[in-house]
Amino acid sequence: MRRIALALALAVLLAVPLWAGGSFYVNIVSQILIAAIFALGLDVLVGYAGLISLGHAGLFGVAAYGVAVMLGAGFGHLAAIAAALALCVATTALFAVLALRTTGIGFIMITLALGQLLWGLAYRWIDLTQGDNGISAASRPAPLGLSLASADGFYYATLAVFLAVLLALAVLAASPFGASLKGTRDQPRRMTALGFDVWTIRFLAFLLSGLCSGIAGVLFFYYNEFISPQALALSASAEALLMVIAGGSGTLLGPIAGAALVVAMKSVASAYIARWNFTLGAIFVLIVLFMPEGLVPGSRRLARWVWAARKGRRNPAAAESGG
Amino acid sequence: MNLWLLLTVNSITLGGLLFLLSAGFSLIFGLMRIPNLTHGSFFMLGAYFGASLVAWFGVDFWLAAAIAALLVAALGGVLERFVLRRLAGQEQAQVLVTLGVSFMIADLCLMEWSGDPMTVEAPAALQGAAHFLGLTFPAYRLAIILVALAIAALLWALIDRTRLGAMIRAGVDDPQMARICGIRISYLFTLVFCLGAGLAGFAGMMGSPILSVYPGLDADMLPLALVVVILGGTGSLLGSLLGSFVVGFLYNFGQALLPELAYFVLFLPMVIILVIRPQGLFGRRAP
Repeated sequence: MRRIALALALAVLLAVPLWAGGSFYVNIVSQILIAAIFALGLDVLVGYAGLISLGHAGLFGVAAYGVAVMLGAGFGHLAAIAAALALCVATTALFAVLALRTTGIGFIMITLALGQLLWGLAYRWIDLTQGDNGISAASRPAPLGLSLASADGFYYATLAVFLAVLLALAVLAASPFGASLKGTRDQPRRMTALGFDVWTIRFLAFLLSGLCSGIAGVLFFYYNEFISPQALALSASAEALLMVIAGGSGTLLGPIAGAALVVAMKSVASAYIARWNFTLGAIFVLIVLFMPEGLVPGSRRLARWVWAARKGRRNPAAAESGG
Repeated sequence: MNLWLLLTVNSITLGGLLFLLSAGFSLIFGLMRIPNLTHGSFFMLGAYFGASLVAWFGVDFWLAAAIAALLVAALGGVLERFVLRRLAGQEQAQVLVTLGVSFMIADLCLMEWSGDPMTVEAPAALQGAAHFLGLTFPAYRLAIILVALAIAALLWALIDRTRLGAMIRAGVDDPQMARICGIRISYLFTLVFCLGAGLAGFAGMMGSPILSVYPGLDADMLPLALVVVILGGTGSLLGSLLGSFVVGFLYNFGQALLPELAYFVLFLPMVIILVIRPQGLFGRRAP
């Protein structure tokens, strides 16, 4: 059953350019996939390690700016991407060393401050980043001679990267490392007592999370062929966090659903809803208040609760288990 | 006036404003153990409320500041009582909610007051220069410093010399024990939240003749308050006062001397503090 669903989903994704009806919609699906890679990366930290970061847009931006600056300096696409990802992982390591001194609220605050720091650099270090004007790309790369200039071409490249990231994370989540990571989230003291090095496990998770954010950042830069400090702002970090939390943290499907929701709302609903930031904030508040486990597990719980209520034997445990 | 002296006066002025902003932030953090990410929004709302009262109804500057502070305090009370209270004990959820509310406030402000900055004139009596020790200072900036010091003294008296202050200190030190002793911690939460929000709103109006009022003011001020509290330690008024002036100096001198790296200069001491003293900085009970 699960395999059939997966195969079906894959077929639907592969056929997007056939049924989406125009490059506008294909581009939106590309955006969703890029956002989903970013959200999946953040979910490694938020969902699996239990560490909420509000600075991930900074890591995303470091990779995007890395490619932009390297291309501007005359390097090829491959060298630029490799250097950008290496820079992103190095920055992530620095983030991790500083932020992993604490957990919980302290972690949120340090990552927030570090993210703001990177935003400040992007905004102010005009010699390197051209400040508020941002940097444009000359062209998209053409791996193996395939052009990515068209919406469809770029979509398939993004899909390939997305599937690779998803597969890697799925393997990892099921691996002993994934299990020990969840252990450090739920019972850090017991994990220490069992001989696990909690700090190192979290550090590795942070690196992985940063790498995924960097990959998303590179794709984002090539998608827009442009990067500006706006991509590193706190609201971008919050948006990614909203994707993870809205969809359901600690799952692989949740962040993807969250990314689809947010991007679809932003690009489709923004034609009808002028106040996007207000809507974003309101969704955030409502989800945290009423559906803290996210939409995917949350709607499952609601459906169960309604079902139980209709049958006349309300099960308070089922209704409250998520709260 | 010489550049260094001007920078120094500006730094102390910003320090005073930051103290008004971060004293409440620090108390809320100390008592409720959450960084209130709507604090920058309270600052901005206070400025917008005050500026509108002056511009639309011709209200006196100081009266407008007082009304703005009260309005923002009431809003803070509502937020605490009806939203944060529902999430009691879930600190991470509370932080996320304050973030969501700050987005909503920012967008509502943009809707109501549009994207154009509003400027507020300093009170007539304080326009121009003041002469002091043979030097000339902008009078309004001196007034900000005096008001900030006066409020610091009042807050110190409140926290250190009254029964209410003792209850707040008890709540910061050990909320469970304080509760056992019969202190209604939930009232304290609402009270401190109102106080902090009101102070931030007041600071916003006080700052408006210097900073003007514009969309994004909230996001500019919040990180500064964050740095102040990390430098000074949470729940400590003296720490906020010292941290505010340090940040005031770093910000102004950083902007003037190293404009491209101004944020680095600002955040560097915070990073150093984090490296040297990680535990004493985020409340006493690390989870």
